[in-house]
Amino acid sequence: MASSEVYINGKFVGSVDAPDEFVKQIVRERRKGVISHNVNVKYDDRTNEIHLECGKGRVRRPVIVVKEGKPLVTEKHIKQLQKHEISWNDLIEQGIIEYLDAAEEENALVAFTEKDLTPEHTHLEIMPLAMLGLTASYVPYANYNQSTRLNAGAKNQKQALGFYIANYQIRMDMDVNVMHTPQIPIVQSITHEISHYDKHPAGQNVVVAIMSWDGYNMEDAIVLNKGSIERGLGRSTYFRPALAEEIRYPGGLVDNISIPDKDVKGYKSERDYRLLEDDGIIFPEAEVKEGDVIIGKVSPPRFLSSVDEYSLASNTRRESSIGVKHGEQGVVDFVLITENEEGSKLVEVRIRETRVPEIGDKFTSRHGQKGVVGLIVPEADMPFSASGIRPDIIFSPHGIPSRMTIAHLLELICGKTGALAGRYIDGTAFESEPEDKIRQELLSLGFQDNGTETMYNGITGEKYAARIFVGNMYYLKLKHMVANKIHSRARGPIQLLTRQPTEGRAKEGGLRLGEMEKDTFVAHGASLLLKERFDSDKTIVPVCENCGSIAVHNEIKKQNYCPMCGDTVEVNNIEISYAFKLMLDEFKSLGVFPRLVLEDKY
Amino acid sequence: MDDIIQEYEEKLPQRLIDLAVEKLGKTSQKKLREALDRVVEEYDASCIDPGESVGLVSAESIGEPGTQMTLNTFHFAGVAEMNVTMGLPRIIEILDGRKELSTPMMEIYLKKPFNQGKNIKENALLIKETLFGDLVQEFQINIAESAIEVTLDLKKMEALGMSKAKLMNLLSKGIKGVNLKEHKEKNMLILKPRGKVEELNDLYRLKEKMKGVYLSGIKGIELVLPVKQGDEFVIRTKGTNLKDVLELDFVDETRTSTNDVFEIADVLGIEAARQSIINEVLNVMEAQGLNVDLRHIMLVADTMCVTGQIRGITRYGVVSEKASVLARASFETPIKHIINASLTGEVDNLNSVVENVMLNQPVPIGTGLPQLRVKAKKESK
Repeated sequence: MASSEVYINGKFVGSVDAPDEFVKQIVRERRKGVISHNVNVKYDDRTNEIHLECGKGRVRRPVIVVKEGKPLVTEKHIKQLQKHEISWNDLIEQGIIEYLDAAEEENALVAFTEKDLTPEHTHLEIMPLAMLGLTASYVPYANYNQSTRLNAGAKNQKQALGFYIANYQIRMDMDVNVMHTPQIPIVQSITHEISHYDKHPAGQNVVVAIMSWDGYNMEDAIVLNKGSIERGLGRSTYFRPALAEEIRYPGGLVDNISIPDKDVKGYKSERDYRLLEDDGIIFPEAEVKEGDVIIGKVSPPRFLSSVDEYSLASNTRRESSIGVKHGEQGVVDFVLITENEEGSKLVEVRIRETRVPEIGDKFTSRHGQKGVVGLIVPEADMPFSASGIRPDIIFSPHGIPSRMTIAHLLELICGKTGALAGRYIDGTAFESEPEDKIRQELLSLGFQDNGTETMYNGITGEKYAARIFVGNMYYLKLKHMVANKIHSRARGPIQLLTRQPTEGRAKEGGLRLGEMEKDTFVAHGASLLLKERFDSDKTIVPVCENCGSIAVHNEIKKQNYCPMCGDTVEVNNIEISYAFKLMLDEFKSLGVFPRLVLEDKY
Repeated sequence: MDDIIQEYEEKLPQRLIDLAVEKLGKTSQKKLREALDRVVEEYDASCIDPGESVGLVSAESIGEPGTQMTLNTFHFAGVAEMNVTMGLPRIIEILDGRKELSTPMMEIYLKKPFNQGKNIKENALLIKETLFGDLVQEFQINIAESAIEVTLDLKKMEALGMSKAKLMNLLSKGIKGVNLKEHKEKNMLILKPRGKVEELNDLYRLKEKMKGVYLSGIKGIELVLPVKQGDEFVIRTKGTNLKDVLELDFVDETRTSTNDVFEIADVLGIEAARQSIINEVLNVMEAQGLNVDLRHIMLVADTMCVTGQIRGITRYGVVSEKASVLARASFETPIKHIINASLTGEVDNLNSVVENVMLNQPVPIGTGLPQLRVKAKKESK
C-alpha cells in the first residue's frame, strides 16, 4: 500500500508507511502525557490520510478509555474521587479519560453503557447524558422525544426569561428581562443539580390541561388562566438603558448634557422636558411615556461652513436629546453618571417596565412545544376538576400526534406525581425514573394512573364527556413579547430620497404592498383601488408642453416657467409618483433625456 | 334544419353545434332553436369578460404551484443513465424555449405486428445510433509500425447484423487517408495512416476520430429502451431525431413523439409545437400531482407561438417584443433598454399595466379600462 499522507491542522507535513501503527503511537504518547492532551488524530482509510488537529474551535467531549473490553476507570478511582483524593484532571493526566473531537470519534467505537462493552470497543460513555449539550440535557425524559423536537426544546430554553444574573440591578445590560417569581422544575435532570439551576431558574411550574377551549388554542396557541396571571404567573420586568455622551468634536466644540434652551434648533416643547432635573437628566422612579425626554442634550451645529453660523454660534446649536422610543413606556429605574474612555461625560438611564402576560406573548414547555397566548380566560370560566383544581394553561391536543413529543406527556404525569408526593422527580435522559413506577405512585396517591381527571365546564358547570389529562409541567416564558413587536401606521415618516414610507417598526414604517400583492389587485381588476394604494408618494409636477421636461413653479410670482424654453410656453400640472420623477432625474444623469408628451385625458 | 344550424354557425364553434345536434337527436325545428339559444347563452356566459387580466392570472396560476414542486428527475427502473428532467427545471426549460434540452428523449410507438413484441430487439437496435467505438473491444497503438490495431466485438456485430466487410466499407468512408487491412487473426483490423506519421499524438487523434465514425441506426439516438406500456410495446430513447424516426416503416407515425418542442416545430409545424408545449407542461404538472387549468397553459403556449416561431418567456423572447420601453426595462437589463430607447427615440404610450403602476396611474384593466369618450370643446379665450 502507498504511504499515508500526514496533515497537521490541514497542512501537509509528510508521509508514513504504517498509518495504523502511527496513529496508535500518537494516542499512546498522548495518554502518557508526552504529547499534549489537546491533540486529536484521525485516520481516514478511504483517502489514506492522517489528520492531526491541535487548533482551537473544535468541539470535544470526554469519554472513558477502554482497554480489552475493560474501562480504565475503576471502583478505586471513584472512591478516591468521592474522597477528593484525586481530581478530574488527574484522570486526564493518567490517560483514563480523554477528550475526542468529531474527527477522532470517527475512528472510535464508544459503548453506550458498561454492560454493552465488548473487546472491540475503544471508549465508554461517562454517562449517556454526556452526549447532549447543556440545554438539551435540561429536557426531562429527552430520550422519549423525536430528535428535532429535542433540538427545538433546547433552543427554546435559551430564549426563556428567568433570573439570568444576580447583580442585574447594578448592570446596564441592553434589552434584558428578569422573571419575577421563577421556580425550580419538579421534573429535573441531574444537569439541573450540576449547573446549580436553583440559582438561576428560568420558568415556572404550572398546571396544564390538555383539551380544547372554544378553539382559542388552535394552531399551537395556549389559553391562560387570568387568575393565575393576577397571582403572578409569567410576570417579568423589561430593562432597557438609554445612553448619552458628551462627544468632543474637532475644533474644540463639545456636546452639553443639560435642559436645552428655547432658542435651540429643534426645541421640542416645554412639556417634553418637564421630567428633567437641573443637570438635564431625568430623576429615578419618573414615569415616562412615548416622546418624553430622558436625557437633555445640545450639540454644536453640524456644518461650520456658513458665516452666519459662526457669528451666532450659540443660537445654532442643535437639540439632540435622548427620548423614549416610539411605542415604549416605563419607569426610570436607575441613573448612572460616569466617564467614557476619552474622559467625557457619559450618562446612562435604565428604564424598567413590568410585563404582565398578554395575548400574543410566547410560552413553551421544554419539548419544543411553543405557542402563543390565544386567550386569557377569567378564572371563573376555566374548567375545574372534582377537587377544584383549575388549570393555569390549556394546551391543545392537536400539538401532540404529529410532533411525537412523548416526553411532554411524561413530564405532565411525573410533574403531577412529584407535586402531589412533595418530591422532585429525576427525569435525566436515558437514566430517568421508570414510567410505570411513577404511575404506581400516582395511583397510590389516589389519582388515576393515566393522569386523567373528570372535569367540569367552567361556564355551564356541565361535566365533560371525556376525562381530561391534567398535570404539572415546567413552562417557560420566552423573550418574544408582543409589546416589543406590535406595530401599526396610518400616517408617518417618509424617506427623503423617494418620499415613500420608511421601513420597519423602529422607524414607524409602513407595511409594504409588494409586487405579488399588487398582482392580486390587478387580477381582480381593482384598478383605481390599486392606484390609491400606491398614492403614498404621489406628487404634482409641472410639465412643459413644448419640450416635455419638468418645469418650475414660482410660488412668489404665481407663475410657471420651463428652464429650457422660458416662460412663454404652456405648462401643465400632472400627477405622478415621486419615484417616477426620481427615475426621470436619474435618466438625465445617465445622459438620456426623457420627455413627457401630454395629452388631454378626455 | 340545416338553415337553422347555418344561422348559429357565426355564434358558436362548430364543435358545440355538432355536439348539440348529436345529443338532441331528432327534434322539431322549434326545439332545436330553443336548445341552441340556450347553448349560445351558456357559451357567452363562459367566455372571459373584457378587461380581465388573463395573462397575470395565468402567470400566477402556473407560478404558484411551481413553488410546491419537489422531485427534479424521474428515473427509469434499472437503467441508471436514463432519467428525465421533471419538475420545476423542466417547466423552466419549456417556457424559456431552450433549444438544448437537458434530457432529450422520444417515445416511439410501433405499427401493428411490431407493437406486440415482434422483432422488438432488432427494431430497437435499428433505431439506436451505432458508432465504430461501440463495436470495438480494444484499441492498441503499435508505435513501431505507427499503426492502430483494433480488436472487434464479434458478438455485438452479429447482433447488429454487421459483417466485417460492410464495417470496413463504412469505416473507410468515414475516415480518409488511411490504409485499412485485415489482420491474420479473425477479429482484428489494422489501420495505417498513409504518408509519414509526424507525431505520436496524431495516432491518438486518429483513434478518437475512429470511435466517432457513424455505422448504422439513427443519428442522435444514444440509448433505446423497449418497454411495455399497457398492452403494447413502446420504445423509449435517450436523444431525439423525429424526422428520421418517422421515416422508418415499422413506426406508428401518428403517435410517435419527442420532448423537443423545436424539433416538432421543424418537422410537424408550429401548431403541433404549440400542442407539444401544452402536453409537456401538463405532463410535468400531473406528475407532481398539481392541478392547473388547461386554459392557462394554452394561453402561455399561444403567446410563445403566435409569431410562427417558438419564443421563450425570456428577455430575448416574448418580453423583448413588448411595446412599452418601461415594461421591458422593469423586467431585466433596464439600462440596455433605456439606452437603446434613447438612441431611437422610442415613445411609450402607457398602454399596459407595469408602466401605469410606475407612474401611479390607473392600470387599463378591470375598472380602469372603460373610459369616457367626449368631444371636448377648446376653451375660447
